[in-house]
Amino acid sequence: MASGAQEKQYTPSLLSFFIYNPTFGPREGEEEKKILFYHPSEVEKNEKIRNVGLCEAIVQFTRTFCPTKPAKSLHTQKNRQFFFEPEEHFWIVMVVRNPMIEKPNKDGKPPAIEYQEEEILDTVYGAVVRQCYSMYKLFNGTFGRAMEAGGVELLIQKLEKFFYRYLQTLHLQSCDLLDVFGGISFFPLDKMTYLKIQSFVNRVEESLSLIKYTAFLYNDQLIWSGLEQDDMRILYKYLTTSLFPRHSEPELAGRDSPLRPEVTGNLLHYGRFLTGPTNLKDPEAKFRFPKIFVSAEEGYEELHLIVYKAMSAAACFMISATVELTREFCEQLDSLVGPQLTLLASDICEQFTINRRISGPEKEPQFKFIYFNHMNLAEKSTIHMRKTASVCLTSVHPDLMKILGDINCDFARFDEDEEIIVKAMTDYWVVGKKSDQRELYVILNQKNANLILVNEEVKRLCATQFNNIFFLD
Amino acid sequence: MAEEHYLELSENPVQFEHASSVNNVFFDEANKQVFAVRSGGATGVVVKGPDDKCSVAFRMDDKGEVKCIKFSIGNKILAVQRTLKSVVFPDKRSLKLLKSQSINVNWYQYCPETAVILLSTTVQGNVLQPFAFRNGTMTKMSKFEIELPVIPKPAKLSLSERDIAMATIYGQLYVMYLKHHSRTVNSPGAEVVLYHLPRDGTCKKSHVLKLNMTGKFALNIVDNLVVVHHQSSQVSGSEPEPGPFSGPAAVPTQPPVPCQLYSSSWSVFQPDIIISASEGYLWYLQVKLPPTVHLLQDKGKLMDFLLRRRDCKMVILSVCSQSQEKASLPVVATVFDKLNQVYKEYLEAEQSYAAATESGTSRGGAAQKRPVRTQAVIDQSDMYTHVLSSFTERKDVTHKFIIAVVMEYIRSLNQYQITVQHYLYELVIKTLVQNNLFYMLHQFLQYHVLSDSKPLACLLLSLESTYPPAHQLSLDMLKVGPEPDRVGRYSHAVNRSSREAPLNCHLGNTTEKIAIPDDFNKVSRTLR
Repeated sequence: MASGAQEKQYTPSLLSFFIYNPTFGPREGEEEKKILFYHPSEVEKNEKIRNVGLCEAIVQFTRTFCPTKPAKSLHTQKNRQFFFEPEEHFWIVMVVRNPMIEKPNKDGKPPAIEYQEEEILDTVYGAVVRQCYSMYKLFNGTFGRAMEAGGVELLIQKLEKFFYRYLQTLHLQSCDLLDVFGGISFFPLDKMTYLKIQSFVNRVEESLSLIKYTAFLYNDQLIWSGLEQDDMRILYKYLTTSLFPRHSEPELAGRDSPLRPEVTGNLLHYGRFLTGPTNLKDPEAKFRFPKIFVSAEEGYEELHLIVYKAMSAAACFMISATVELTREFCEQLDSLVGPQLTLLASDICEQFTINRRISGPEKEPQFKFIYFNHMNLAEKSTIHMRKTASVCLTSVHPDLMKILGDINCDFARFDEDEEIIVKAMTDYWVVGKKSDQRELYVILNQKNANLILVNEEVKRLCATQFNNIFFLD
Repeated sequence: MAEEHYLELSENPVQFEHASSVNNVFFDEANKQVFAVRSGGATGVVVKGPDDKCSVAFRMDDKGEVKCIKFSIGNKILAVQRTLKSVVFPDKRSLKLLKSQSINVNWYQYCPETAVILLSTTVQGNVLQPFAFRNGTMTKMSKFEIELPVIPKPAKLSLSERDIAMATIYGQLYVMYLKHHSRTVNSPGAEVVLYHLPRDGTCKKSHVLKLNMTGKFALNIVDNLVVVHHQSSQVSGSEPEPGPFSGPAAVPTQPPVPCQLYSSSWSVFQPDIIISASEGYLWYLQVKLPPTVHLLQDKGKLMDFLLRRRDCKMVILSVCSQSQEKASLPVVATVFDKLNQVYKEYLEAEQSYAAATESGTSRGGAAQKRPVRTQAVIDQSDMYTHVLSSFTERKDVTHKFIIAVVMEYIRSLNQYQITVQHYLYELVIKTLVQNNLFYMLHQFLQYHVLSDSKPLACLLLSLESTYPPAHQLSLDMLKVGPEPDRVGRYSHAVNRSSREAPLNCHLGNTTEKIAIPDDFNKVSRTLR
């Protein structure tokens, strides 16, 4: 038995994150003005200026070779920097420390560190940076808008307020292919129940004409979105990784736990507000709804986000922010939506159980796969388990996830339909299939398998799990 | 004023010579024939039936005042009654006594449609004994008692034949009693009490219709509606069966021929006949459905009412059109559900009939009759043609509402497990495309709300230039369809350059031309 000294694996972590605009401080001595946000803030001012300056220089330099597509990332031994220009002249940079292995050294020497440069993918972390911006934009609108409303000071304020909290939720060690997709998980439903939900949404929108858009989710999965795809995508991420988990823990708490949410006293239904008034009965209690920005015909529109939940069904109602939402309106919504949503939730649950019983154990995922459709952003993964803000467990070795990521990079390079089969370590095989706008990744673990066998297995999977989807063979 | 009435006299009444000193008029309820007997028959008897074509004229010897004169079915045998106790047949025939019954009778009424005779027995006259005539036999039915408003002491005849009418409503025999209450402050006014007289079993009081007025009344049945005529206020109201419903009063229209409405010389006969002997007219009472639409505010109840009427189809469809203008989605949904319930019942009856004839077996030995399609069966083609296609073209309604209404109809059809016709799906797709709601369309297709079919798949392909995901969706749809293996070849063979021409779908070795409706070409052209 060794003396206890073993290899230590370090996962990728956030080194720094900053936002700058070079046009704000073009002259000598004004460099500090370019920096709009910098994390970690305790870093010395000159170092900040130096780091920003370096990024600016790299981008400028690479532009000479390709004016339309500036540098996206910078690979060095110890870390990787990602550049993203979401709006003209505004740059977001994220610096990630490469994963490394600390190998203990004999003879009391300091441990040797091996940096695993190739283990992190540009596509994955590039997507993470984009998502940071999208999330900011969802709650604050564009940078340009803040500039118009209150100049640089307001923008700096907003960035500080948002990113200070948001960066704490980034768990770079568990970012993978799913972050590249940024997809939405749809809840499978039969036609009749789906039509009932449509009917419900239409009726609520008719009765409460203030409501502009509605989204309907069940069990953290989307069923219906009245919002455009791109907006729904980021809202979905917010709901499933931030809002719902925050409220589900109290729900699961015991009856006498202080965490248990205030029961509104309404025994007729199980509906309650997740955003806005927590207790409708208290006339004094103040409340507000979070405001979000979604794309509209002319730029953006600002909306109140009302999230209302009954059992496992959640309905999001979006109302123009120019309207003031009163307590009476909330009570009206509560009395209209509560009973109907409760009923729907139990209907859906019933249907789901029936369907599960019918389809039986054959459809139980024996296959580990990830599926994504670029057209409707539908994703399905039997590899990832419980998704919360803090962790996204995968049942698969990170090395395999890296292979998936590599295959995806390959797919992105060409437009044509492709299939790639990789023999990984031990008995693992990874198959990636791209057809039209769909991607499917399957991980198989079979002893003494060969190419033909693997091919057959994947075909079988397509026939059973994806029998109503057309995959070119 | 004039447009609000919903009851009217038939346009072309049967005309006959009016009653006078020389002309006696008789009416045979069974065959609905009017006999105009001049001078006891010596100068002529003119018989007019429901159609004027059946006019018969003949002479007979004047052998005294005619009390009653009738023809048998088909006008084969003439019977004339001149005395209280004898009936004469001009043609010599043999007569056979089939059955006799001995009862003390005050008066009687006969209902030809059901071949049931009702006898008034006992001193008060309110115990009624019915007999049914069937296949040459006379069967005694269970007797029943009419509740009188006041029990006279000492007992005397309190029920007259004028207070009773027999009628067939929804295929069932009812005895209607006009119950008069004395005029007091607390009096509810007159009532019509209905007793249901089933073929087998006991007679039961089934409904009470409150009239809230007193005076002279007469009853008719039209289109399964109980019509009550009130002479002094010259109005008639109606109450449909079953379910009491206060029909407000309505004044019948001016008939094309001059006559005095509600004159005291009017006689009312069951079920729907009004005769004015003094003027020489026989009218059929008719219901005008369109004005009834305003009677009921609750569209659900209105639908229940309309679905039971004979000529209801166009009125129902116009109600649907109107309700989509102003009504809310829940009301629209209720209306659709009621209509589809009737539609489904008809479809099921058709199905079981088809199955029975196919298998050659019949249940219980009795041959199944082909189910009759009443006007109340509103199918998808009716709804599409008369309501939905024009509705979706409206500019004054939000597209959101239009789609919501069409989806509500599709939901209702699904709820009753009726297969939705593809043209309804095309309507949805067209409306969504016209309003650039592609993301919505995609979600509907993703969840197979718009059922997969080859025509739909080809339609989607035509949208590819404006909405690229349509390509993927249509291939999926074709895969689910009848020739999934050919899809591979198909996807390569799609002619991307010509969108104007009908799409050539190469499936395997055959080429099918699938014509895209004009709308689509128009739409995809304008959106490009």
